[in-house]
Amino acid sequence: MAASTADLSAAFLMTPVATADWLVVLPPAWCILAGAVLLMLRKSLHLQAWLAVPALAILVVLDGLLLSHVLANGPVTMVMGRWLPPFGIAFTADLTGVLFALAGAVVALAGAVYAIADIDGSGRRYGFYPFLLLLMAGVSGAFLTGDIFNLYVWFEVLLIASFGLITLGSEPRQIDGAIKYAFLNLIATTLFLATTGYLYGIFGTLNMADIALKAAAGRDSLPLMTLATLYLLAFGMKAAAFPVNFWLPASYHTPRIVVAALFAGLLTKVGIYALLRTLIMLFPVEREELSFVIALAGAATMIVGALGALGQSDVRRVLGYVVISGIGIMLAGLSLGSPGGVGGAIFYALHSMVVMTALYMAAGLMGRLAGSFDLNRLGGLYGRSALFSGLSLVLFFAASGLPPFSGFWPKVMVAKAALDIGAWWLVAAVFLTGFLVTIALGRVFALAYWRPAPEALPATAIPASLLLPLAALTALTVVFGLFPDALLSTIQAAAQGLSDPSAYIGSVFPGGT
Amino acid sequence: MNTLIFRTVAPFLTALMVLFSLFVLLRGHNEPGGGFIGGLIAVSALAIFGIANGILAVRRALWFHPMAISAFGLFIACLAGLMSIFFAVPFMTGLWITPVILGVEIPLSSVMLFDTGVYLVVVGSITSIALALEAGDDA
Repeated sequence: MAASTADLSAAFLMTPVATADWLVVLPPAWCILAGAVLLMLRKSLHLQAWLAVPALAILVVLDGLLLSHVLANGPVTMVMGRWLPPFGIAFTADLTGVLFALAGAVVALAGAVYAIADIDGSGRRYGFYPFLLLLMAGVSGAFLTGDIFNLYVWFEVLLIASFGLITLGSEPRQIDGAIKYAFLNLIATTLFLATTGYLYGIFGTLNMADIALKAAAGRDSLPLMTLATLYLLAFGMKAAAFPVNFWLPASYHTPRIVVAALFAGLLTKVGIYALLRTLIMLFPVEREELSFVIALAGAATMIVGALGALGQSDVRRVLGYVVISGIGIMLAGLSLGSPGGVGGAIFYALHSMVVMTALYMAAGLMGRLAGSFDLNRLGGLYGRSALFSGLSLVLFFAASGLPPFSGFWPKVMVAKAALDIGAWWLVAAVFLTGFLVTIALGRVFALAYWRPAPEALPATAIPASLLLPLAALTALTVVFGLFPDALLSTIQAAAQGLSDPSAYIGSVFPGGT
Repeated sequence: MNTLIFRTVAPFLTALMVLFSLFVLLRGHNEPGGGFIGGLIAVSALAIFGIANGILAVRRALWFHPMAISAFGLFIACLAGLMSIFFAVPFMTGLWITPVILGVEIPLSSVMLFDTGVYLVVVGSITSIALALEAGDDA
């Protein structure tokens, strides 16, 4: 070929790539590969779970290996097709991205196990497991990509998979929820795309490391404030921040419970991750300008979520509002921008992934044991299973942010960071939210668990495949609540890496620019 | 619409269009064409066949379920990207071999494998949408 005589080193990466660096692209690539195989075997219903659960276990291992690689060597970059950055699409894994990806994989694995008993034959024929793998491809890709347009593409991938999951079963009620969900998400995605087009017009690059460099160099003359505000709105919608949060409680109670669990754990956190990536790493000065707005939105999100949780009688709707109140705490951390605040936001996001998924799983078990999700009709669960009640109580405490569970530490971090700059009202909002969520979940416990059953119910045994993932996720929140040291120091390093992305940029441009 | 002329011509037209779609697919590496547009042409061919002879005939002619075809396309497209792990180059780097078969040098590449995957994804997914829409029309 003629190309062999040309000098390619100006366009191509000429140094060989270490096999360990492949860990950056393997999580999404593996999910796509496994999802494709599951889709081909869609008719073999008995095989689906047996293939999907090991596939997701391998995803957890891959993300775990990537985490240890990043911990040892700093951020890792691989550019697709050998093209040099910023022209090739870069995948860059830094600590923040890998921590999110790992937590997401753990949650998905738990969901896949839970689904063995929760998703019936028709749900499997409809393609629950292929959709789950494709959802994880989108989620892993979004957490690991280093290119803002590629981030949009992964958002689309996970959105399409989530449309499939939310309509699983095609009941009218589900279609109603799915339309609200799809419409609001499409608006947010369109806004994201339009903003990215604008960003490309301004910078002429889509690589995040390159954008961070160019934004720092041209801060005085470029309309960065517009970009930051548009991204805040687009990703705020994705994350269900007040006042664009209404799609979440309107849709999360309609799908199969394990689907709701996965959505509550994964989807809003992708929005939070994108906010951290754009506002902390790319536009820190503009975030500083917007910090009061973000803090106000965060406080409102917390309070609205907590009050909503108090006012609902359907357990799944209560949990939908608890998700929203958690988003408020992450936004508060984001608005502060200090290492403590950002670290708190990251920690709370990881905690919320695990705990919200587990809470929806617990709600599924409540529905299974008592035959209803309605707090007016639930009752007597403590008498049915003391073990399940104990697990639920731990999760309720963790979601309320009570010690010694994992929700406590990020709240302390955010509150301390807020006190450091004298934002006492933000601290008050955090504590008021904790108080209100405790009451809301305490009400669930008092009514559904302690109150005697209103009617005699047939005895139902809890299948081990439903209890096991719930217990495993609960164990995670207990362990990280009691021994937060290792995670805390990792998260501090992750927050540091976001605020000062020189290591991230160095990994994309190893020779400097 | 469903006249005798149309029903007689449709199978030949379909065969011709599928052939053309393969031509467009293979031509796509250096000239206009490629997996996506080739796949769309193949779907148009199947749609014509479906309008003339009914969706059952299309399903029988495809042999595999359209979604399975699309999944296989996704699978080989992803494999095409992963192959470069054995050559110490990044994901999705184009790899070439030029075996000489019957005295003709044939350039084969992972890029072509990827494009074939895209072709199959488009054929499978758009065909299943088209078939679902036509099935809905009968009901």
